[in-house]
Amino acid sequence: MTDTIAQICKLLEPFNSNRITLAPDTDISTDLNIDSVTVMDFVMEVEDHFDIEVPLNVLSETRTIADLAKVVEARSGKARP
Amino acid sequence: MIDLLDKHRPIADRIARMLAQGVNAVGVTNDAILSPTRAIIEGRETILAGTNNYMGITFDPDCIAAGQEAMARFGTGTTGSRIANGNYAMHQALEEELARFLNRRHCIVFTTGYQANLGMMAGLAGSNDTIFLDADSHSSIYDGCTLSGAKLVRFRHNDATDLDKRLVRSEGEEGGRLVVLEGIYSMLGDRAPLADFIEVKKKRGFQLLADEAHSFGVLGPHGRGLADEAGLEDEVDFVVGTFSKSVGAIGGFGAGNHPLFDMLRYAMRPYMFTASSSPASIATSLAAVKKLAAEPWRRDRLRENSARLFHGFKGLGLELGCDAVSPVIAVKCADEATAVAMWNALLAAGVYVNIAVPPGTPNKLCLLRCSVSAAHTDADIDRIIELFGEVMAAGHGRMAAAG
Repeated sequence: MTDTIAQICKLLEPFNSNRITLAPDTDISTDLNIDSVTVMDFVMEVEDHFDIEVPLNVLSETRTIADLAKVVEARSGKARP
Repeated sequence: MIDLLDKHRPIADRIARMLAQGVNAVGVTNDAILSPTRAIIEGRETILAGTNNYMGITFDPDCIAAGQEAMARFGTGTTGSRIANGNYAMHQALEEELARFLNRRHCIVFTTGYQANLGMMAGLAGSNDTIFLDADSHSSIYDGCTLSGAKLVRFRHNDATDLDKRLVRSEGEEGGRLVVLEGIYSMLGDRAPLADFIEVKKKRGFQLLADEAHSFGVLGPHGRGLADEAGLEDEVDFVVGTFSKSVGAIGGFGAGNHPLFDMLRYAMRPYMFTASSSPASIATSLAAVKKLAAEPWRRDRLRENSARLFHGFKGLGLELGCDAVSPVIAVKCADEATAVAMWNALLAAGVYVNIAVPPGTPNKLCLLRCSVSAAHTDADIDRIIELFGEVMAAGHGRMAAAG
């Protein structure tokens, strides 16, 4: 598990009310059974933790924790001078 | 084969749970509407306290007469879009009247309020631009943002500092920046802290749109909304509003002073590719907007009624959506089952309110959302408070009071 994935899993814990085991291929919305607004609230936490921007229109292509980690890594890289 | 409707089974389960508790709270039938504040529901005369009929104008005799005359003279429908055969002199007369009322140079009317937001978001922002929207924005704003193809950044509700942080993060990117706020947020009834956002606007530079759907006709010395109340209209570039609340009809508008504003008529698909509003709806809207200007007592009355209900609820120990007096007064419930039970008990006792549950609400809240009307009497407001008190006393809302 990469460091980014581990950090995302930690951020996801407060949203994991059914206490399922989180893995890179966990589908953030359907596996955790959280609604669209809650997914956006979670992504806001990810944005602030990594100090990046994850536009909502990118989210439609982002289903799993691994997908999100890829977005986070790409955007963190971009943010560095 | 995958059944396309299979994915909606969880909704069916949720509706079944609700029906097991009583009436379908998200599909109530009004068998008759007796006045702006009374209907026959489930065979009983019921006080309406969840209609967004802020000015109580839906049965105004002058508005009804204007609608009847327009239907008789211009027909039942326009059978076309504003950019084809559906552009009548009365659509333009309404736009001119609204521009006067709003003190804006340009105004465009839409067939529904939902389309007004779809059209304005998609007309203003394109795929190179970024829209910054408040997290608690109405679905029509979210959908308009999606339609625009713009980059969408959500900032924390009513938090100008959070917006500032996100503006800084996106600095250096090409394209314009549109920030979207609402005058009164429809679920909790709270207002945007406009002055804070305008400070950020002066520092960072962006164009600002205020959706005054619930505040148009309601707030400000002229009834123009939150920006009017705050004395900051010059800093708000674009205003959106609806006719389905204080105007008592159906439709919506966008307005602004930009010299190219009218070009949006040829860039907004929700304006171009739908039939224009029916003559009756336009005529009643025009009559109602004139009344909003000529009859400020309606706003005063609404404010008094809102304060009466707000303080009455506070007296019962209810936890409310916001601390300011607002025509939207949301009572927080512990969970969905409690909200449904209380809602059914209230309906059986003779008052209709809205039920609002996630994901339609912020922060997973389950709400009994009341909206106040200028047409409510003191006795109506007192009765609503009394019925909430009785329902709580009967045990349906214990958890709501405890928060």
